[in-house]
Amino acid sequence: MEESQVLYRHTMVDIPEHLLLKTAEARAKALGISVEQALAEMRGEAEPTKIEKEPDVIEVTQIEVEVKETPAPAAEVKETPAPAAVVKEAPAPAPEKSNGQVPTEVDFAPETKVTQRLLTVVKAKPIQKPTSEPVDKVNTWPHLMLPEFISLMAMTAFLIFISAILQAPLLEEANPNITPNPAKAPWYFLGLQELLSYWDPQIAGVMIPLLIGVAAFMAIPYIDRNKENKPSKRKYAIMLWTFFLAGAGTLSLIGILFRGPGWNWTYPWIDGVWFDDLLDWVHFE
Amino acid sequence: MKNEKIKFRDRLKDISSGLGESLKESTLWGSIFRPGSPFRKGYSDSPRNRSYVVMNNVLYHLHPVKVKRHGVRLSYTLCLGGLSFFTFIVLTITGIWLMFYFRPTEMAYVDIQSLQTSIAFGSLVRNMHRWAAHIMVLVVFLHMSRVFYHGAYKAPREFNWVIGVILLLLTLLLSFTGYLLPWDQLAIWAVTVGGNMAGYTPVFGAQVKFALFAGLEATEATLLRFYVLHVLFFPFIIVIFMAIHFWRVRKDGGISGPL
Ligand code: HEM
Repeated sequence: MEESQVLYRHTMVDIPEHLLLKTAEARAKALGISVEQALAEMRGEAEPTKIEKEPDVIEVTQIEVEVKETPAPAAEVKETPAPAAVVKEAPAPAPEKSNGQVPTEVDFAPETKVTQRLLTVVKAKPIQKPTSEPVDKVNTWPHLMLPEFISLMAMTAFLIFISAILQAPLLEEANPNITPNPAKAPWYFLGLQELLSYWDPQIAGVMIPLLIGVAAFMAIPYIDRNKENKPSKRKYAIMLWTFFLAGAGTLSLIGILFRGPGWNWTYPWIDGVWFDDLLDWVHFE
Repeated sequence: MKNEKIKFRDRLKDISSGLGESLKESTLWGSIFRPGSPFRKGYSDSPRNRSYVVMNNVLYHLHPVKVKRHGVRLSYTLCLGGLSFFTFIVLTITGIWLMFYFRPTEMAYVDIQSLQTSIAFGSLVRNMHRWAAHIMVLVVFLHMSRVFYHGAYKAPREFNWVIGVILLLLTLLLSFTGYLLPWDQLAIWAVTVGGNMAGYTPVFGAQVKFALFAGLEATEATLLRFYVLHVLFFPFIIVIFMAIHFWRVRKDGGISGPL
């Protein structure tokens, strides 16, 4: 365990001896110097041998041979590596640079033309850079699924319980000729019915204000440009929603409990309740 | 004496656990429960298996394998989104059950009556369907308020809020169309009030009302129309939007927060 860690760290910083030797041999061969010299140069103990001449470049006009890989150039590392063999498309260097020698035959066999050299030593550093903060996460199973399962069971139990003790209303059969007074919408629309009772629907319309209302709700994220989600930094938004809740709740309660025949104001404890949704709740007898 | 008791208990334990083991070793059992299932033989509680529980189950993998720690605290979401979905599932199951006994014709009222009086669990299932519908409206609305108070509609979740508003509308429409189906005085007049409101639409009022009622007023044609909308059309649409909603929750980086 400890040993492998040491080895790991070692390879991150230094080049293993055998690779270094191999590279030195290749360098020696390419530059025509001794292996010891190359090794010393690579260790920075000796001045690196300079190459005065460009590598031998042969201009080839016609190539029959299939070239699969372009051999690496045998030259000192430069900004623009010179091609070792120039094929038709590549820019051809001037012939006088190739020290006068014009070979009659071109050999592309890699073992004679290609030499491998140490181009550069890349310092060990992480390949990936973490850009975001690590998030504190837990396994969904069991940390999320268990609470979910429990709340699901609780909901089921609650539903069965109230369904066993509270009877859903079923009044007389539908009769278009007998209008109940008052005629109330389902409870979740009663706040709206109450609100709409304040204006004449013939004039103000109903659907248009409703559609505008729905559009306004959908637009909330695009209107609220405050990026904060801390409650202390969005007091205004929280206040608005709380007003909305209070208003909707009040209107609904008025519609449910305080409206009787002719949509007139009634007191539930004096006049009784006109709310058939919860028939079984409000007629206790 | 005391020793014997312990022995007997241990023996019982051996026998019962042995039964379980041989069942779990069977090919049938192994073919049903995929690797990582807690019911599979040799399940052990490891991080790897905890991931498999979620990944290798078609229902559970609606969830990511891991979630933010603050997100699993009940006090953050209050499980309201999950409960909205769950009440919808309950409504689907009880609703399908009710469909066996209900005809959207002039027989509708009689069907509901006999459902309550002469069919086993008829009354209970009808009550469950009705109360669950009310609860769903309430829970979806509370979920919306929870989302607002957390500012959870802010970037990148803006569009999921818009989808949420559509889900709220669909929930209300589902509830409203279902309201007519018992075909009693409560049903027909609540829907008449609603339909008349729609009739006050400027310019197209009459047309809107006609399309809603399938005529000039709430009749049996309206009943059939609302029935098809209620049991087929709106459930179909809401499931699609729920799928998008859940997908967006995950693509937007999971649950919002922490605050
Ligand atoms: C049928 C109705 C709905 C269902 C089944 C549903 C389901 C869910 C679920 C399961 C989540 C995951 C987090 C949680 O449980 O709170 C969620 C998140 C969310 N929902 Fe809903 N939802 C519904 C309606 C709505 C509505 C009406 C809105 C708002 C108008 C809304 C807006 C959002 C947003 C913005 C999130 C992300 C919250 C966060 O990241 O903290 N949803 N919903």
